[in-house]
Amino acid sequence: MYAFTYQRPSTLADAVAAAQDEDAKLLGGGQTLLPTLKQRLAQPSALVDLSGVAEMKGIKAVDGGLEIGAFTRHAEVAHSDLVKATIPALASLAEGIGDRQVRNMGTMGGSIANADPSADYPSAVVALKATVTTDRRTIAGDDFFTGMFETALEPGEIVKSVRFSTPDKAAYAKFRNPASRYAIVGVFVAKHGAEVRVAVTGAAGSVFRVPAFEAALAANFTAEALNGLSVSADDLNADLHASADYRAHLVTVMAKRAVEAAG
Amino acid sequence: MANPNGVGASVRRLEDPRFLTGRGNYTDDFKRPNMTHLVHVRSPYPHALVKGIDASAALAAPGVVAVLTGADMEADKVGSLPCGWQIHSKDGSPMKEPGHFPLARGRVRYVGDAVAVVIAETKDQARDAAELVVVDYEELPAVTASTRAVTAEAPQVHDEAPGNLCYDWHLGDKAAVDAAFAQAAHVATIDLVNNRLVPNAMEPRAALGEYDPSNGEYTLTTTSQNPHVIRLLMGAFVLGIPEHKLRVVAPDVGGGFGSKIFHYGEEAVVTWAAKKIGRPVKWTADRSESFLTDAHGRDHVSHAEMAMDQDGHFLALRVSTLANLGAYLSTFAPSIPTYLYATLLAGQYKTPAIYAEVKAVFTNTAPVDAYRGAGRPEACYLIERLVDIAAGVAGLDRAEIRRRNFIPASAMPYQTPVALQYDSGDFAKNLDIALPLVDYDGFAARKAASKAKGKLRGIGFSTYIEACGIAPSNVAGALGARAGLYECAEVRFHPTGSVTVFTGSHSHGQGHETTFAQLVAERFGVPIENVEIVHGDTAKIPFGMGTYGSRSLAVGGSALVKAMDKVERKAKKIAAHMLEAAETDIEVKDGRFTVAGTDKSLGIGDIALQAYVPHNFPLDELEPGLDEQAFYDPKNFTYPNGCHVCEVEIDPDTGVTQVVAFSAVDDFGNVINPLIVEGQVHGGIVQGIGQALLENCVYDDESGQLLTGSYMDYCMPRADDVPSFTVRYHEDQPCTHNPLGVKGCGEAGTIGASAAVMNAVVDALSAFGVTHLDMPATPEKVWRAIQNATPALAAE
Ligand SMILES: Cc1cc2nc3c(=O)[nH]c(=O)nc-3n(C[C@H](O)[C@H](O)[C@H](O)COP(=O)(O)OP(=O)(O)OC[C@H]3O[C@@H](n4cnc5c(N)ncnc54)[C@H](O)[C@@H]3O)c2cc1C
Repeated sequence: MYAFTYQRPSTLADAVAAAQDEDAKLLGGGQTLLPTLKQRLAQPSALVDLSGVAEMKGIKAVDGGLEIGAFTRHAEVAHSDLVKATIPALASLAEGIGDRQVRNMGTMGGSIANADPSADYPSAVVALKATVTTDRRTIAGDDFFTGMFETALEPGEIVKSVRFSTPDKAAYAKFRNPASRYAIVGVFVAKHGAEVRVAVTGAAGSVFRVPAFEAALAANFTAEALNGLSVSADDLNADLHASADYRAHLVTVMAKRAVEAAG
Repeated sequence: MANPNGVGASVRRLEDPRFLTGRGNYTDDFKRPNMTHLVHVRSPYPHALVKGIDASAALAAPGVVAVLTGADMEADKVGSLPCGWQIHSKDGSPMKEPGHFPLARGRVRYVGDAVAVVIAETKDQARDAAELVVVDYEELPAVTASTRAVTAEAPQVHDEAPGNLCYDWHLGDKAAVDAAFAQAAHVATIDLVNNRLVPNAMEPRAALGEYDPSNGEYTLTTTSQNPHVIRLLMGAFVLGIPEHKLRVVAPDVGGGFGSKIFHYGEEAVVTWAAKKIGRPVKWTADRSESFLTDAHGRDHVSHAEMAMDQDGHFLALRVSTLANLGAYLSTFAPSIPTYLYATLLAGQYKTPAIYAEVKAVFTNTAPVDAYRGAGRPEACYLIERLVDIAAGVAGLDRAEIRRRNFIPASAMPYQTPVALQYDSGDFAKNLDIALPLVDYDGFAARKAASKAKGKLRGIGFSTYIEACGIAPSNVAGALGARAGLYECAEVRFHPTGSVTVFTGSHSHGQGHETTFAQLVAERFGVPIENVEIVHGDTAKIPFGMGTYGSRSLAVGGSALVKAMDKVERKAKKIAAHMLEAAETDIEVKDGRFTVAGTDKSLGIGDIALQAYVPHNFPLDELEPGLDEQAFYDPKNFTYPNGCHVCEVEIDPDTGVTQVVAFSAVDDFGNVINPLIVEGQVHGGIVQGIGQALLENCVYDDESGQLLTGSYMDYCMPRADDVPSFTVRYHEDQPCTHNPLGVKGCGEAGTIGASAAVMNAVVDALSAFGVTHLDMPATPEKVWRAIQNATPALAAE
């Protein structure tokens, strides 16, 4: 690590002010940022620790869904009775992130702000028609992720909370990278009335929807409805652990499993 | 068992409270007054000329004490890191042994090769300054794959090793093998890769060098499995420090798996630098450095053929292996793919003729050396995969073909065609215990049940044998070892009857502090808490060859027995004097010395007191004190053996393999502490499963970069990757040539497991016409094998 200054504001306004310095970095649960710092891959002048900002915490029921503070740890989402009762698929997604230590530290805001192509939450943001509230505006979930490690956030903009709509049925099926345990392919399927959303993470540079799957499932919400359907391997990620065509294959397999789990 | 903590008792490890409560003393925990911190500048290139090093900015940085390079070491006449084993090629020429300097001299040969060191007041200052060292590299073409290294166009790693060849070695009777193949009714063949692994000890390597100008003494504290060996190698060959001026301490060490046997350049650098700057110097690897620079394991590419008669009896085995040694020869590297590998190719079978050829090559990768099992897992994997293929070719059940070819217990001692003489073992018995244990007969029903769930089930055997208890010094010497391989122990009774044992074995997770203490408690009837085991310090231990090759109990324990014999002999004389009896009338049992036929007796404590307060003592005949030392040189290797059985379930939609059952039936000879033995077997099996399904060290042959340089990509097995194991052992076949009858258990799990897992995986995929898959059987590889299956089979 290189040297940096450290602040722990207790209000969102103070955090925003502290984050104005262009070399400052917001610190969520630190599960991505701290390893980056330890490996000297980043050199922020200041860390603004968000853990003291009360407005960014907590899970509450709102009309049509749930609002989850950006500084809510994955373990809190996983274990929340409210989440389990309202959107069990979201709780189970959180329970499948990384390992226990990561879940006890990592936060929802940090995860979506980081926009790792293999992170789990982006699939939920898109499939659950979420809106992201920041210190200055509200961003539709569909517009939030703009590319690999890229979001609609402006420099210094802080995610305050994420509002998810309660689906009729939903499930998340994840094929884990055996080493890192991030998603090689994760598919979140959610049925909202007549509309079905299928959001895929891990497979490409950023989360994407599969219109063909969605149409088939809107007509017939069963795994069989996906028989013969697949995504193109073009533009999918390829690495040591999975080639693009294997990932393409897994998208269909995981989508079917999600549909089965959603019941 | 007279003593509750004696031989055969599952005593909980005495060291555990220390470790589990964070009170271990590891090298990085040592802090010295005025200590400095050292950080390496390492090559980002796999192969390059170092045309210049500009340290001026680094030297001007805050806190920097010195920046040192290979040129500084050369000026101080620091030598090359020595290689402890010399192999001769088929043509009689010695292996190529290029220089291996602690800091590169003009050329770097793998990513991570050390170029310079920065020493500063704090570690962060040293890190900051290391980034300011400007190295002028001229990149050279590189090669990381052994198969490409042997081609004519391959870049040359060392000028003195043409064709990148270190040696081209062979073992066995080629003519007899050729003749047998000419008559074979069946031939089974296999081409396989034994994947390269990173050892991943929990504690990264670290070294602390100190120099005391008042007496000219150096002290090196280091993460080593064998401090005396480091003292010898570094003192005599690298730094020119005589033994009496060099102390090497290996305190608590957090796992080694072989990777901490070797003498590494960093040890020499901190020791040399400590004198040069006149202050203690500490280096601790970060995890990235561990990935890049700990000696890796395995990395073989092999072709093998088994000739059989009509009934599936093995007639001859022919093996040819290409071994990747990395960029330089690590301490014992040349011996691993030769005498620790090809000598095990008989396995448990009475194959009459065996011929093995091994070419070892240099590549632009980290050095490769012993890693848990060292050569023997490679041999076991090759034979056991080949035997499964042979069963298919001969149309035999896989348990049956093994049974048909086992060396019978009645043939012991058995001389194999590849140099070893097995002393004991009943391989059929291991299988007899295993088959009902795993309900082999019920497998078909379990397979059908899996199929009903859409899963493919497979079962695999591995009937392994290994050579441990390394090693008879004269044999090892004749085979090229440049060291003896005995062990030393000293047993010191204190006046009040407590005991300190000094052993040359080194515990870095094996639990010697418990097992060795059990031996003493049993022998002398002393409470186990009155016994202390001291290891890992050349200033305290008379001598030692350290711990590797499952040798601690078989060799170090035997030395301890010899020392205890000497203590007992002297104690008996003292007892005879004290009890006014003839020595021949003294009977010894559990530490009590009794005049035969009387109730006159003494405990060892009474005798120890008299030995140190010799008021009633045979001073004419004996010296005071009760402190004896012994060396033990084994007469043969020991041969742990067993039968591992693995069952897997494969999800054909994703290719994910799950190990659903794993059983091990082992013959370790006599067992001193069943709990520790079981723990060793568990850990070993997990490493074997890791190699088979998860772990893979990958270099990009084009860029020469290590692609699996962190846990994000290098997959270590976790608890949820493995099932609960069923572990059994029997003690019917004790080792015949050491006093404890022990064979060793440290590597067995790793040696046997990979083959059992892969045999199960291939069995599960046999319906798709799959006859072999290389490790690790990753989901994509398995899925692809299913996709590539012949359509007729796949439709089945
Ligand atoms: C071993 C390991 C395994 C993991 N496995 C998974 C996995 O399986 N699935 C998965 O989805 N993730 C995984 N993660 C990632 C982890 O779960 C975190 O979600 C992720 O690291 C980011 O969250 P964080 O709170 O730790 O953010 P930090 O690391 O603190 O920050 C990440 C980035 O987000 C910014 N940031 C943080 N909070 C906010 C905010 N409120 N507003 C705007 N910007 C913000 C920071 O400035 C930084 O740029 C894993 C991580 C590790 C170390």
